[in-house]
Amino acid sequence: MLHDAWIMARKDLRIEWVTRVATGQVLPFGALVLILFGLALNPDLVIVGEQRRSILAQVAPGLFWITVLLASLLALGRSFALEANDGNVDALKMAGLDPAGVFLGKAMAVAAQLLAIEVVLGFGAFVLYGTPLANFVMLVCAVILATVGVAAAGTLYAGIASGLRARDTLVPLLVLPILSPVLLAATLSTEAAVFGGSGGWSWVMLLGVFAVIYLGVGMLAFGLVMEET
Amino acid sequence: MIESPNLTPSSPTPPNLSTASKATRIIGWAALAVTGLALLFGLVISGPEVNMRDSVRLLYVHVPSILTAYTCFGITLVGSVMYLRTQSQFWDLAAASAAEVGVVFLGLGLVTGALWGKPTWGTYWEWDPRLTSTAVMFIMYIGYLAIRRMEFSPEVRSRRAAVVGIISILNVIIVHYSVQWWRGLHQGQTFGLDPQIRDMQYFSWFLGTVAMALVASWLLIHRFRVSWLERQVEESQLVRALAERRREAGE
Repeated sequence: MLHDAWIMARKDLRIEWVTRVATGQVLPFGALVLILFGLALNPDLVIVGEQRRSILAQVAPGLFWITVLLASLLALGRSFALEANDGNVDALKMAGLDPAGVFLGKAMAVAAQLLAIEVVLGFGAFVLYGTPLANFVMLVCAVILATVGVAAAGTLYAGIASGLRARDTLVPLLVLPILSPVLLAATLSTEAAVFGGSGGWSWVMLLGVFAVIYLGVGMLAFGLVMEET
Repeated sequence: MIESPNLTPSSPTPPNLSTASKATRIIGWAALAVTGLALLFGLVISGPEVNMRDSVRLLYVHVPSILTAYTCFGITLVGSVMYLRTQSQFWDLAAASAAEVGVVFLGLGLVTGALWGKPTWGTYWEWDPRLTSTAVMFIMYIGYLAIRRMEFSPEVRSRRAAVVGIISILNVIIVHYSVQWWRGLHQGQTFGLDPQIRDMQYFSWFLGTVAMALVASWLLIHRFRVSWLERQVEESQLVRALAERRREAGE
């Protein structure tokens, strides 16, 4: 199964390396969303409290993760658009790949692309929103675990909607509610990581729990989802 | 497997396509009668509550509709699991019909809850675990119903919907506990614990619950039968289309 996953992930990432959809389209889209948030939320508004901080800097963790979720929808759509044509799903089955391996591989490829995008968007958020950084290790752990959760739940649901003309409208409706707890935990742990504060690690652990649950459910259910008859 | 009626126009005796039966007529009349009683007790006979005043009457609708919706989603979960185990159309259609009825009652529950919250909490919405997870649940089951309308073959649609039907419940639990960890407390269960609500108010709430349960059962049975007829039409169209293709090929 792990071998099949590795084959799938390598295939998807190789296609990405050639076509550059994630870096050429999804990443600029994410950057654009970050800029639009800046326009929508007045960057001059300042919260006067113990520390003077702009509204943008204060809500930056939430904005960053909303941006990642929106970008993940595009990455997921792309991941399954690759399999949509020429009976690719049948070909995968004919090749004898384990459905759990296919799921794991596609989720890994999506996670790898999202991580690359997040690094750039993270820098963007620091520069554009003026966010501080208190705990780098916590931030890295939160980002990695949240990304695995997003990729796993997203891959399962994008698989469920695959093969449909209405796929592009159905996937957000299915995926975003499932990811709402991930958004919550990711935002809170990122807040703790950038501003400092207690309780961050428990949210990071919760992200780990989510990642394990979504990976497990996905591996169990993907076989049922991929059966075509 | 349910035996399919002959739906071709050439059949000599027209099949009975009504979704009513003696049982549903009884349930329907009982639902009307109990709803009338619930209105009488809820609006006229029972008095206002000490703290909530007249807004307590909203709870005679709000709590039963949420309970009904939860029951429906429970049926969807059982139907989804049983469909994956048995591949029986009965469980698939039961899950689908229950989800549809559940979404209606959950919507009613959310609206009446917000209307009740304004005079009681001073706000239409609180970001507490129960409200937040209910809102996410509402959207999730709309997503489930969206899958049911997709142009898959019936088996693929049923199987994928069953997977979503099971994961949705799992997610409701996850959302509930993560928001609970994040936020404070809901005011707790109003019934059973709060001594302020008793006698006629309790009885009005009980009548509301029975009325909702009857209305929901009536809707559920009819929806199930309509879904089943829809499925027969879908399949008979497929059979007819196949026969036509064969005839064309033979000529």
